[in-house]
Amino acid sequence: MARVYLDNNATTPLLPEVLEAMLPYFGGQFGNASSIHSHGQATRAAVERAREAVARLIGARASEIVFTSGGTESDNLAIFGIVGGKGGHGSPVGGQRNAGQWSPVGGRRGADGSQLTVHSQSHVITANIEHHAVLNACRHLEELGCEVSYLPVDPWGLVDPSDVRRALRDSTQLISVMMANNETGVVQAVSEIGAIAREAGVLFHTDAVQAAGKIPINVDEIGCDLLTLSAHKLHGPQGVGALYVRKGTELEAQMYGGRHERSRRAGTENVAGIVGFGAAAEAAVAGFSREDDLKIGELRDRLERGLMGIEACRVNGGTQRGGGQNPHPKIAQDAILRVGHPRDSRPERVPNTTNICFEGIDGEALVIALDLKGLAVSTGAACSSGAIEASHVLLAMGLSAEQARGSVRFSLGKMNSAEDVEFALAVVPETVGRLRELSPVWVGGQRSEVRGQR
Amino acid sequence: MSELVAETIAVAMSGGVDSSTVAAMLRAEGHAVIGLTMQLWNQRRLAGHSGMPESVSGRCCSLDDVYDARRVAETIGIPYYVVNHEERFERDVVRPFVEEYLAGRTPIPCSLCNNHLKFDQLLVVARSIGAERIATGHYAQVSFDETAGRWWLKRPVDRSKDQTYFLFGLTQEQLSRTLFPLGGMTKPEVRELARTYNLVIAEKPDSQEICFVPGGDYKKFLDAYLEEQGAEARLDVGGEMVTASGEVIGEHSGVHNFTVGQRKGLGVATGSPLYVIQINNETRQVVVGPDEELYTRSLRARRVNLISVASIDAPMRVAVKIRHKHAPAGAVMEMAGPDEVLVTFDEAQRAVTPGQAAVFYEGDVVVGGGWIS
Repeated sequence: MARVYLDNNATTPLLPEVLEAMLPYFGGQFGNASSIHSHGQATRAAVERAREAVARLIGARASEIVFTSGGTESDNLAIFGIVGGKGGHGSPVGGQRNAGQWSPVGGRRGADGSQLTVHSQSHVITANIEHHAVLNACRHLEELGCEVSYLPVDPWGLVDPSDVRRALRDSTQLISVMMANNETGVVQAVSEIGAIAREAGVLFHTDAVQAAGKIPINVDEIGCDLLTLSAHKLHGPQGVGALYVRKGTELEAQMYGGRHERSRRAGTENVAGIVGFGAAAEAAVAGFSREDDLKIGELRDRLERGLMGIEACRVNGGTQRGGGQNPHPKIAQDAILRVGHPRDSRPERVPNTTNICFEGIDGEALVIALDLKGLAVSTGAACSSGAIEASHVLLAMGLSAEQARGSVRFSLGKMNSAEDVEFALAVVPETVGRLRELSPVWVGGQRSEVRGQR
Repeated sequence: MSELVAETIAVAMSGGVDSSTVAAMLRAEGHAVIGLTMQLWNQRRLAGHSGMPESVSGRCCSLDDVYDARRVAETIGIPYYVVNHEERFERDVVRPFVEEYLAGRTPIPCSLCNNHLKFDQLLVVARSIGAERIATGHYAQVSFDETAGRWWLKRPVDRSKDQTYFLFGLTQEQLSRTLFPLGGMTKPEVRELARTYNLVIAEKPDSQEICFVPGGDYKKFLDAYLEEQGAEARLDVGGEMVTASGEVIGEHSGVHNFTVGQRKGLGVATGSPLYVIQINNETRQVVVGPDEELYTRSLRARRVNLISVASIDAPMRVAVKIRHKHAPAGAVMEMAGPDEVLVTFDEAQRAVTPGQAAVFYEGDVVVGGGWIS
């Protein structure tokens, strides 16, 4: 059976050149990068080359990159490393930096220096559409006594930067708002949020896991102090990620151990993974300057236009800001407005993602039915059993539970071709039709409240 | 087996021996089998609530069971998926379960789950993904009777495992799309087959209790659930404990703590053993008395579902089961309303319990059933 993979926001296949770059480090190049001898020197050099490549991907300095085990660890390190550090917090403004300056945070480690505590007046601002790695970390901060503001989003999935400004308090230590959403692909106004953070002298973290490799990232343009990356979302290996930590930002390590990663993340480096990450970052940077990389956006748009031929469906996310007439009201404005290279203007969504609500169906059943036909897509977030929970992102955007359940995400990657899109357009409409035939809430081409109440 | 035409069949897999063996059998027969497990209840949800331990490990939808089902699916080489039906389960099984107890009745959640989840929601999922029929590990038999022109539900070969009592609510449409491959086998034979197929769960013990009630303590579950639902859900269901003649002999903390026939935990001391005879929801009175007062000759069952016959036009001789472990008792049933029957037993039966099902048999054939009112 033909198998087409359109779930690249979950993970991406390794690029061949990434695999090739990694192979020596599963073989002859086995040294511990911390070792003095030549074995260690060889792997140390490879790790540092990869660090430079990852830094280039986001316009940072290599010394500002901390390698981790992935996006979740990076998010946790950013949040607890700033707000929930091991130090006692002598001052309620301990986590703030001086307004308007990129200065070190300073003064956060108290004399007692051992207990994991959060100052009772600590405050964090985040959004209710964040990945669970951020949301659940923030919930734990609340258990530790910290106050957290969870900002809402508008129906297109955007956080209003003025909400960030309004949520600021004297005690605000950190703002964490993601760059691109994993489910909808909606890109937040991170530069505006960064400016607000800088003005207020508050540290700003952004989870850029779903943006990296899809749109150009520059940490200075964003104005962030911390930024999360994951290798396997950009055709690198699973199990490796990075946290960008702006020079001068004091970050409390969250694991006890050796002085790896400039004492910010203990543990022997995952050399092969890091090398793969570096190769994937290089490929991503090269991709932005190659014509053929534009094809992902074109393929996504073609897929989206084709799926809009199905009755009673709509695109979730994206914005109608930016003016202009939308010739096709069923397609989110940005799909039409977005022109040319992603660098030309800030796209409202990353170019690879479309999240579509098919009314009257169960998205979970659609995902299974499509998998049995060879098409891999996804919906919501899988819980530990593998079952699907209604998407907190779509619910936050104002979709009903039923609409959220009927929504499915298609996400493309560098490996996808026009044939893949044609395959999807061949199997999705008939499968949606089949599901609607059997749906208790869908009769004769429309919703039926009566049958829904049987 | 040679007459079988290969088709796509969804198997409801719990991670236990029975459903795992069904999946392996159908696969071996050459069918395209898809394994499905329903995620119905989050076992951690009530952890820490009134009387529930912080760490709760119940049977239903536990990660271990999903893990087992997934391992079996991988072993026999079939696609496998977990589908989330927690909302429907809470609405159609858990809430009615709680409400029935609060109304002084003794519910059977397994029948509700079969009617609303396994043979309804799961069947819809199965058909959505290309399987026109579902198979389960229930011990029961289903077949089409040409003479009656109806799908019949029959007791299994292994009478000790008979689960037809929980299946009386199945419609003709549901029965026509259902396979019970274990209906002709005994439990030891099923285990032996599981070993033959090298299934990791071949020696896994049987589950008995209500799947979402950890340790089988339904009172703790009710308290924890009501606490989670907030003050409005907490009903004042305490009242008097009286004898059949109306004499007040004590007080009780809630009708949901009692079931007809119960002897222990009445909180009153008298010379002779006392049993719960009746629970009066309107007056919140729990009527107690000696064992002999527990016996009754007749019952009424509502929301009747008929299986082997389309209608009951004249009084009909049947054998009636009034609880899962009850030996069917001879009786005559007749219609007493649009979907209500009156059952008159040959001999008085002990502890006829409102909320339980009365299931009517003609030999091995399930005529139908209803809810004791």
